[in-house]
Formats: sequence, C-alpha cells, structure tokens
Amino acid sequence: MNITLNKEGKKLTIGLEGRMDAVSAPELEKVIESELSGITELIFDLKKLEYTSSAGLRQFLAAQQIMDDQGEMVVRNANEAVLDIFDETGFTDILDIEQ
Amino acid sequence: MEENSIKNQDRLDIEADLENLPVVTDFVEQRVRKLNSSQKEVSQTLIVTEELFANIASYAYGQDTGMATLIVEISRDDNSIEITFIDSGVRYNPLDKEDPDITLKAKERQKGGLGIFFVRKKVDSIIYRYEEGKNILTIEKTFRGNDR
Repeated sequence: MNITLNKEGKKLTIGLEGRMDAVSAPELEKVIESELSGITELIFDLKKLEYTSSAGLRQFLAAQQIMDDQGEMVVRNANEAVLDIFDETGFTDILDIEQ
Repeated sequence: MEENSIKNQDRLDIEADLENLPVVTDFVEQRVRKLNSSQKEVSQTLIVTEELFANIASYAYGQDTGMATLIVEISRDDNSIEITFIDSGVRYNPLDKEDPDITLKAKERQKGGLGIFFVRKKVDSIIYRYEEGKNILTIEKTFRGNDR
C-alpha cells in the first residue's frame, strides 16, 4: 500500500493506494499517530484503494475517534469493495462517506 | 495421473506468520481468478482469507511459531471456491466469538471482532471442527461474477 500526504494548513488529505491489510495497516497507524496534531479537517481519498480488511477498519476508527475531538473527517471515492465492508460492519454510520 | 477437469484442489503449507500474508492471499487470488468472479467478490474472498489466516498467525501458537495449511478447491461447475484452514495450535472456534455491536458510535466502538463478523457475512457456509489436535475451518463461497 502507498500512502500520500497532502497538508494545507490545518487540512490534511491522506491518499491510500493498493490493499490495506494486516501487513500494511500499521503504516497508516504510524501516520495517524504522528500527523493529526493540529488538524481540523481530515480527508481520506480512497480512489486507489483496492480493499481494506478489519486491520484497516481499526485505523479508520482510530482516526475518527481522534477527529471527533478536533474537527471533521471525510472519506471519499471509496470503491464498491470498500463501501461493502463499511456497510457490513456499520462503518457507514460512523464515518462521513462522500462519493 | 489425470486431473479432474471440474474440480481443482491445491494445498499450501506455510508458517503461520503475518509476514506470510501476501503469499497466502496470492495463493487464493490465483485460484479465485480462474472463476467468473467480480472484482468485489475477489476482494471479499481475499479479506476472508486474510482474517482467517491472521487469526491463526496471531493466536494459534501463542509466542511460538507453527504451521498453517490452506486447502483450496475450486469448482468451475458451481463457480465456487472452498477454502480450508488448518492449524495445530490451541483449540479455538472463531464462530463462538460474539458479534460486535455495530450500532455504537465511533467513541464507543471496540476494535476487535470485526474481521470474523465480516467473514460470516460474506461466505455461503462456514464450518469449524476440531480433529486430532487440529483446528479445521472450512468456508465456501459461490460467485455471481460480472454477468448478472
């Protein structure tokens, strides 16, 4: 999985590319732990994300829990497979998903 | 020996270490792709594979290492796949795990349990048995493919 970061002031866009699995999710965990300080607008661009397993869901949850306290978080451009797992696990209700 | 043209069975024996996840998912993906499966169905199958292998890698052998075996059988007639996961670790039936509460808000959510929960939703059958010191979990999934 490739992770790209685009920071403009207090707005951070995290682009994810490839497969988020138990091996690659810890890379996102590091980003979430180190890059969200002072961010009030967090955008996940999932256009190039093929799928995510539960290891990735845990990272979206961690990011949402942080952003609940400090601003907004939006998840964009998720494909059918990613939307499916969000839907089946109730993440559609806790994440702000934009298409 | 003549190969059965309808059913194909392959076996992978691998150390139950998370580092081997790409090998395991590749092994399954190569076989799923021989069937008429949509990209979404391929993704679902690979997630299911990961969750079950990760369970073995994380819990079966505690601090020790051990082996995991996958037996993959595809049926072109039924456009389906059957995957059996075998380990010799501690006796553990993942189907006994209670479903997570997916109606809770983000703050109240527990981090665990989502993997096996998703697995159960995305396979057509899942059977656990414990035989001769082995955990044996078999899932079956039939694909609709792209021509719906």
